[in-house]
Amino acid sequence: MTFQVVKPILSALLQIIILLLGIAWLLDSGAQAMGYSWQWQRIPDYIFFYEEGQWWSAELIDGLLVTLKISALSLIATLLIGLITALLRVSDSIIGRILARSYIELIRNTPLLVQIYLLYFVFGPVIGLDRFSTAILALAIFQGAYTAEIFRAGLNSIDTGQFEAAKSLGLSTYFTYKDVILPQVLQRTLPPLTNEVVSLIKNSSIVSVMAIFDLTTEGRNIVAETAMPFEIWFTVAAIYLLLTLSLSALSAWLEHKLGTQWRAH
Amino acid sequence: MKKTNGKAIEFEHVDKWFGAFQALKKINLSVEEGEIVVICGPSGSGKSTLIRCINGLEPYTSGQVKVFDSLDLNQQKGKVGMVFQHFYLFPHLSVLENLTLAPLRSLKLSKQAAKDLAMHFLERVKIDDQADKYPAQLSGGQQQRVAIARSLCMMPRIMLFDEPTSALDPEMINEVLDVMVELAQEGMTMICVTHEMGFAKKVADRVVFMDEGEVIEIATPENLFNSPKHKRTKAFLNKILAH
Repeated sequence: MTFQVVKPILSALLQIIILLLGIAWLLDSGAQAMGYSWQWQRIPDYIFFYEEGQWWSAELIDGLLVTLKISALSLIATLLIGLITALLRVSDSIIGRILARSYIELIRNTPLLVQIYLLYFVFGPVIGLDRFSTAILALAIFQGAYTAEIFRAGLNSIDTGQFEAAKSLGLSTYFTYKDVILPQVLQRTLPPLTNEVVSLIKNSSIVSVMAIFDLTTEGRNIVAETAMPFEIWFTVAAIYLLLTLSLSALSAWLEHKLGTQWRAH
Repeated sequence: MKKTNGKAIEFEHVDKWFGAFQALKKINLSVEEGEIVVICGPSGSGKSTLIRCINGLEPYTSGQVKVFDSLDLNQQKGKVGMVFQHFYLFPHLSVLENLTLAPLRSLKLSKQAAKDLAMHFLERVKIDDQADKYPAQLSGGQQQRVAIARSLCMMPRIMLFDEPTSALDPEMINEVLDVMVELAQEGMTMICVTHEMGFAKKVADRVVFMDEGEVIEIATPENLFNSPKHKRTKAFLNKILAH
């Protein structure tokens, strides 16, 4: 009985281990052929180090914190830009719709890197923005265009009856959106919004071209100093993966929590 | 204490066009305060459009609609309550929150006052024991009663009903009609688009028959059902009373 339950788990574990061993062997033999010597034992020094009776965060953690800060701030800006753009797109104002539409098309049809260069070298200096704010703005403007479309789809999915019921109750437009429409939009768009947050975090690595000391920049600097690209880039990738996977888990939990009580069964 | 002789609603030569389609043709209709008016007619005859002109959900093309002598329908919001065929409760809010939202936001009541008000009306529609549930957890009949209570929380002077029982299973229709009859007997001004002829006979002061965007005939329920004057009214009544 126990064996029947354990058998498939064991067999799955075995397969995973064999696969991982195979990849490790492939990498190792490749590295040896290149004359590369693994120095995994040096990695922890770039995460935390001990000095003068105290633990200090090392370069990779500092970089992670910068990445988190940039991501969090640009996430807030992204949601604001996305929401305002989506509301403009469904508004009665022709100018508003044209503005929103042009913004979305412009951003979605040019590369992020080019937008960052434009902001960093042209618009940033012109309006006197520092590097950090420029980075946040660039990411938010880029991601905001995609988020706006998600919000718009969410808005369009709400039954017009919800608007009519709110109107017949004398609710103002502000409270109609704040209390009735947007909570439902948020719940419905949580899965695609999570994708946007994940890609925001990943795209934040591009700001390393602006000499901002985020996780990717720190990784590159360490590689330049130590000449151990394999270990460092694996570690950096693992940190990003850890970050985005925990975010997806958080979102799945949140979606469940937001929806189970009231979604039609 | 019925009939206070004030005019609640006045339609004067109201036309409504949807593109090239004329949904309402020269509508003239006035409703006294405290009056119960039932509107019936085949589907697509403009019944819903007519009552949606009263609370501004549907802007009319020409003519005028006055509610309590005012042309500004936006000013009347909340004073003209509406109950929809598909309830349109707010699914993410509990029953209690559905009821307290508008009083909190529009009437600026305190939380306690809004809650007391909500519980009062939930008791009236006999659903106070479900206050903490979400709409999806209730039956259709219960949801519609919550929707009626939600409108009543804004202390409306007029209630509009747009086919309130058409989306309900047959065994739930009466629990909603009972609430509406009670409301009618308390003197609420009501305009009901409905095919419930029993309800019309019981409480309606007048029945309006509409077809193809026109008011064909207005009469007391007895006269309209027993001796309709217009042949279109006869044809319609024959169809719905055939079984």
